[in-house]
Amino acid sequence: MSDSEFEREPEVFREMHQAALAALADVQPEPGVAKPDPILTASGIRRSFGGLVAVDVDHLEVQRGTITALIGPNGAGKTTLFNLLTGFDRPSSGKWDFDGRSAKRLRSYQVARAGMVRTFQLTKALTRMTVMDNMLIAASAQLGERMWAGLIPGLWKAQEAANRERAMELLERFKLIDKREDYAGELSGGQRKLLEMARALMLEPKMVMLDEPMAGVNPALKQTLLEHIKGLREDGMTVLFVEHDMDMVHEIADWVAVMAAGQLITEGTPDQISSDPRVIDAYLGAHHDAAAH
Amino acid sequence: MDWHFVFSQALTQAIGPTMLIYAIAAIGLNVQFGYTGLLNFGQAAFAAMGAYGLALAVVAFGLPFGWGILIGFGAAIVMALLLGIPTLRLRADYLAIVTIAAAEIVRRLARATVWSEYTGGSDGMRGFSEPFFELSPYNPDANWSVLFVSMDGGRLIVDLGIVDFQYSSRDLWVMTVGWILVAIFLVVVGLLVHSPWGRVLKGIREDEEAVRSLGKNVFAYKMQALVIGGIIGAAAGFIFALSRANVQPDTFSTDFTFYFYVVLILGGAARLFGPVLGAALFWFLFNLLSLTLNQGIRSDLIPREVLAPTQVGPLVFFLMGLGMVLLLIFRPQGILGNRRELMLDVR
Repeated sequence: MSDSEFEREPEVFREMHQAALAALADVQPEPGVAKPDPILTASGIRRSFGGLVAVDVDHLEVQRGTITALIGPNGAGKTTLFNLLTGFDRPSSGKWDFDGRSAKRLRSYQVARAGMVRTFQLTKALTRMTVMDNMLIAASAQLGERMWAGLIPGLWKAQEAANRERAMELLERFKLIDKREDYAGELSGGQRKLLEMARALMLEPKMVMLDEPMAGVNPALKQTLLEHIKGLREDGMTVLFVEHDMDMVHEIADWVAVMAAGQLITEGTPDQISSDPRVIDAYLGAHHDAAAH
Repeated sequence: MDWHFVFSQALTQAIGPTMLIYAIAAIGLNVQFGYTGLLNFGQAAFAAMGAYGLALAVVAFGLPFGWGILIGFGAAIVMALLLGIPTLRLRADYLAIVTIAAAEIVRRLARATVWSEYTGGSDGMRGFSEPFFELSPYNPDANWSVLFVSMDGGRLIVDLGIVDFQYSSRDLWVMTVGWILVAIFLVVVGLLVHSPWGRVLKGIREDEEAVRSLGKNVFAYKMQALVIGGIIGAAAGFIFALSRANVQPDTFSTDFTFYFYVVLILGGAARLFGPVLGAALFWFLFNLLSLTLNQGIRSDLIPREVLAPTQVGPLVFFLMGLGMVLLLIFRPQGILGNRRELMLDVR
C-alpha cells in the first residue's frame, strides 16, 4: 500500500469492501471458482513428501480486499499451502500469481517484499529484542540495513525516525505502546500475537497471511484480535487466514475455502459453507479424526 | 612467596600481546556468535589464514609485507565464503560441524609434508616479521626515566609501587598496533551493531524464519557477519604470528577456538566490550594461577609430593575449566551480560 492509500478515508475502503462483497455475491460456491478481481491466483499446486501428497490444489483465487478463511481438519494441508504460497517451502509443481506477477520463483523474503506478509502459527516474536526493535526491523527498504551504510548513522537517521514514528502509531493502535521498551519475550502470548500482526503492518503489505491467529489466545483477547483483523480489511488489505474456530470464521470471513486431505473441497460464503455436506463430511466423516476438534 | 612478582607479571600479561590475540579473535567471534548466533567453531582457522597468509607471502613467495597482510585478509574472506555458501542456508548446527572440520583441515594442510618446503610442515615458518619490527618507532637502546615510567635499554618499566609493568620494545610495538586494531574494530563493530544492519543480525539470532518473513535476505546477512568476523579473526592471526615471529600449525588447534569462546562468554556475548574485558580477565587469571602455584612450590609453601612443578600446567587448565563451569551456572551472561535477556532465552 502506498502512502496515498494510507491517507484515504475509511469510508472509501468500506465502499471497496461492499463492492468486494457484492462481487462475491455472484460467485458460485464451487471449489476453484474464478473471482472478479483476484489478488492471488494459484493453479495446480502440489507438494508431496515422499509418497504423501500434503497439498494438491487444482485452482484457488483470493478476491482482493476481502477476508478469506482457509479451514479444514488437522492434516488438511492448510499450513503447507501457506508455506508454499509465501515461499517458505517449494512445491513439487504448480504456479501462482500474486498481484499480477508470478510469485512461484520468489524466495520467502522476496514474497514479503512483493507485499504478501505472513505470520506464524507459533508466534515468532524476536524475544531478546525490544518491542520497538521488533517493529523497526520490519520496515522495508531501510538504507541503514546495508552494511556500508550502517557505518554512517547520518545516512539513515532520518529514515529511522520516520519508521519509529510509524511504529509508534501502530503500537498505539495495537495497545502495545506502553510495552515498547520491554523485551518481546516478556509479553504474554496474546500480546505477542498482536505484536506479530503490528510488525507485519510495518511492511505496508497488500496481503496479510495469518496462520491460526487465534491459537493459544484467551477468549478476552479474541474479540480484540478479531477487530484488528477486520481493521486490516478496512485499511484496504486482503487477508487470508487459517482457522479452526467456525464461530470466528463466521464472524469475520467474507469467503471460506475448505481443505481436506490436501485438496480444496469447496468454497463459499460462511453461510453456504456451514450447510455444505462436504464440509461436515470432512470434519466429521468416517475417514477423519473428529476427536481432534 | 613473592606476591609483587606474581601480580606484576599477571597484570603485565593481562594487557599484553597474548591477551590482544584473544581479544581481537573474540571480537570477530562476537559478530558471528554474539550478535548473529552463528556457531563458528573454526575461528582458529581464520586466525591461521591471517598468520599463514602473511608468512607464506613473505617467506615462500618473497612478496612485500603489505602484500602479506592483504593476502591474509583475502584468504580469510575466501574461507568464509567457502564455508558459508554450502552451510548458511542450513540449520545453525551445520555451520558448527563444518567449521570445526574445516579448522582441522587447515591445520592438517599446514603441517602436511607434501609442501613443507613452503610451509615448513609441523615446524612452521619464521623470518617474516622483521619488516614489521623495522616500522617500530620504539628505540631498542632507549634509556630514560620520567617519574614512575622508565626505559631501560629499550625495556619499558611502569613502576606503580605495589605492582610494575614491564615490556620489551618488541612487545611494545606489537601492543601498540594490537590496541589500535582493538580500538578500530570496536568502533566499526559498535557502529554496525547499533545500526539497522546490526538489528537484522540480532533478529536472525532470535529467529531467522521471522526475519525472512519480514523481507530480509537472511543468507546475505549471515554471510556478511561470517566474513566480517573472519577478517577480524585474520587480524588476530597477524598479531599472533608477529608477536612470536613464527607460525606453527599446531597452535591453531580447536583449543585455540575454544579459548576465544571462553573469553567471549566470560566477558559477555553480544556486548561490545565483552571480548576485551573477557580476554584481559581470562589471561590475568590464567597467569595468576600459574604464577601463584609455581611460586608456592618454589617457596615450599606447597609440598612437592602434593604438586610437582610439571603438574602446574594441567592443574591450571583444570581450575580454569572448573571456573568456566561455575561461571556458566552462576553467571551465564558473563561479566557484562544482561541477566534479564538471558532469562528470556531460558523460557
